[in-house]
Amino acid sequence: MSQLFPMKQVLGFVFSLLLTTVALAVYFLDMSFAAGMTILLVTAFIQAGLQLVVFMHAGETKDKSAIYTNVFYGLIIALVTVFGTLLAMVWDM
Amino acid sequence: MDFFDRFAVPHPSLAIYASMAAIGLTIIAVIAGLTYFKKWGYLWREWLTTVDHKRIGIMYLLSALLMLFRGGVDAIMMRAQLAVPENTLLDAQHYNEIFTTHGIVMILFMAMPFIMFFMNFVVPLQIGARDVAFPRLNALSFWLFFMGAMLFNISFVVGGSPDAGWTSYFPLAGTEFSESVGNNYYMIAIQIAGIGTLMTGINFITTILKMRAPGMTLMKMPMFTWSALIANVIIVFAFPVLAVLLAMGTLDRQFGTNFFTMDNGGMDMLWANIFWVWGHPEVYILILPAFGIYSEVISTFARRNLYGYKSMVGSMVIISLLSFLVWAHHFFTMGQGAFTNSIFSITTMAIAVPTGVKIFNWLLTLRKGKIVFTTPMLYSMLFIPLFTLGGVTGVMLAMSAADYQYHNTMFLVAHFHNVIIPGVVYAMLAGLHYYWPKMFGFMLNEKIGKWTAWLLSIGFILAFMPMYVSGLDGQARRMYTYSEAAGFGLMNMISFVGAAIMAIGFVLIVYNIYYSTRYESRDISNDPWDARTLEWSTHTPVPEYNFAILPDVRSNEALWDAKKNGHVLFKGEYQKIHMPNNSGIPFIMSCIFFVWGFSFVFSLWIPVILTTIGIFVCMALRSFEQDHGRYISVKEIEETETNLRGA
Ligand code: HEM
Ligand SMILES: [Cu+2]
Repeated sequence: MSQLFPMKQVLGFVFSLLLTTVALAVYFLDMSFAAGMTILLVTAFIQAGLQLVVFMHAGETKDKSAIYTNVFYGLIIALVTVFGTLLAMVWDM
Repeated sequence: MDFFDRFAVPHPSLAIYASMAAIGLTIIAVIAGLTYFKKWGYLWREWLTTVDHKRIGIMYLLSALLMLFRGGVDAIMMRAQLAVPENTLLDAQHYNEIFTTHGIVMILFMAMPFIMFFMNFVVPLQIGARDVAFPRLNALSFWLFFMGAMLFNISFVVGGSPDAGWTSYFPLAGTEFSESVGNNYYMIAIQIAGIGTLMTGINFITTILKMRAPGMTLMKMPMFTWSALIANVIIVFAFPVLAVLLAMGTLDRQFGTNFFTMDNGGMDMLWANIFWVWGHPEVYILILPAFGIYSEVISTFARRNLYGYKSMVGSMVIISLLSFLVWAHHFFTMGQGAFTNSIFSITTMAIAVPTGVKIFNWLLTLRKGKIVFTTPMLYSMLFIPLFTLGGVTGVMLAMSAADYQYHNTMFLVAHFHNVIIPGVVYAMLAGLHYYWPKMFGFMLNEKIGKWTAWLLSIGFILAFMPMYVSGLDGQARRMYTYSEAAGFGLMNMISFVGAAIMAIGFVLIVYNIYYSTRYESRDISNDPWDARTLEWSTHTPVPEYNFAILPDVRSNEALWDAKKNGHVLFKGEYQKIHMPNNSGIPFIMSCIFFVWGFSFVFSLWIPVILTTIGIFVCMALRSFEQDHGRYISVKEIEETETNLRGA
């Protein structure tokens, strides 16, 4: 029975709904810009990771290492791009 | 504006009307020819619906050659205009449109399809596969690229060409300063072609990771395949940036948003920033496969294995990462502080290190080699010194303080042509000569080939070395004329002569194709160059299934092992082969995309909505289609194999 019931997926779904609610709360509650942004960023990254692992089965085949290498590579490039842009366009103007 | 006014060319001239007539006549001639010779069915069955990677590759090649000449005519017109001071051959507006389309056409519609051609034709053969991972997606990639390119190309006769440079910097490219639809073409046409490129990236990463012949581990892949893998990884990370950028540009131009405007909270420099986040990796997408081709050619004609295989791979991996860390070197002068500029200066100079490693590896491959001077080898030998020069001037530009002097002068123009022509274009021509016999069953004439290589190189040196000088003297790029007193006349005249010699070189290539088609021997072996990798182990012409039996691989030079060390490549019996079916959907869907793009450019929203629905219908049809491909029986394989061997 425990094999038949997709416990992981259901919990994952509940958790992802929770994350969405928290993110949505930023709009309805009155908080500072910095606090709101932090909440949005944190929930967004957890949400993306959750979707990738639980629902897109990233770690379940033997391509695991290729997939994770790709994801990390993408993450590094995204971070470099964002912070490099902030540096050139905002912080060091 | 009146409805039909939008379609008129905003700045017409005799040349544009003549081109209109020429385009019209060509289309009529093609349609009449196809009908007269009853070739419509053939065209549809064998080409428009094909999913065969070899045929798709050849279609990329034809498009690239076509665009080479389109971009080449632009180039000659620009050089002719600048040949003497205060020339009036072109006016400012025409000159702007021409340098813009020249840049886009050459980079996105000539160089990109050229490397797509090599990847399509060579990679599956080189890894011993029967096709790419997603053949139908591959066809869609090609047709999207093609429709994007055609949409871009009609701009100059319908509505006017983009005129804000291939970099299309805002606010100049915004509606405030560029009213005509030209820059809409830029946004939409490149978007369509870019989607195709992105899909190619995913397709080839999958192909290379999943479909290699038994025994071919990653470190036993031939060098061209490695370079293709890395280039496609860069594509997958860089092209989404371009897609988003173009979408933002479209929103600004056609929907009144303020991403890149100067007021209402917009940030005009953000365009330049994001453009180069894509733009710099893009130049490495072009150069890495070119390096791959040189590696194949040099080791084949030095008659020895490639020196430093591991360091070649390592340096490409490092380049792929570094290429994302340097983009701000394209706008050192835009006003950010010395701290930021220094960081990007250092990362930029760092790229020269892995690039240098590769140069030394090629030189060390030549050492102790028994060098055979064929045309592809001649191009490679011309590449090494000329490209190194371009790399050195790149490092000069990388010094941010000095770049205040060089930026946006002809010195910069000389730099990037100096890396792109000997780097990318020579690789393509080397590869064209090298793979021609595998594609068409005869060689290109060696004598004409070598003449061409020398002419192009002499022309290249005459055309671009003077620009370093006039650039340092202060001649700015993208200026349609200069005064006599500026003293740039002599240098620009020499450039013009060089450009004319290069033009003769490119015409010679066409002549060579014609000459060789008529006179070259059809009696060549499957391996006319005595090469080392798997693509030469199958028949010429390559059967549609590539390999009757999948090869067994022990090293990165599987064919050489078979020829010299008695390795058996093809073990076992024939088995039926599973192949994908042809499909018309990619072509039809891309045609709908073309209409979508055209309507979008002119803000014709009803056709946009209808074609959008059409695109989704095509995708839905594909999703619900039951197509399990087809099998080639053992009997058929035997027949094909005996036929091909019998020749
Ligand atoms: C040693 C390696 C290289 C270095 C250090 C380097 C450095 C630079 C720098 C600093 C600039 C900007 C200069 C300015 O705007 O003032 C530049 C422009 C450019 N480089 Fe390179 N580069 C290198 C290799 C290449 C290669 C291999 C390619 C292409 C295959 C290339 C293509 C270009 C292009 C197209 C531009 C100018 C684009 C434009 O503004 O229109 N570079 N390079
Ligand atoms: Cu760059």
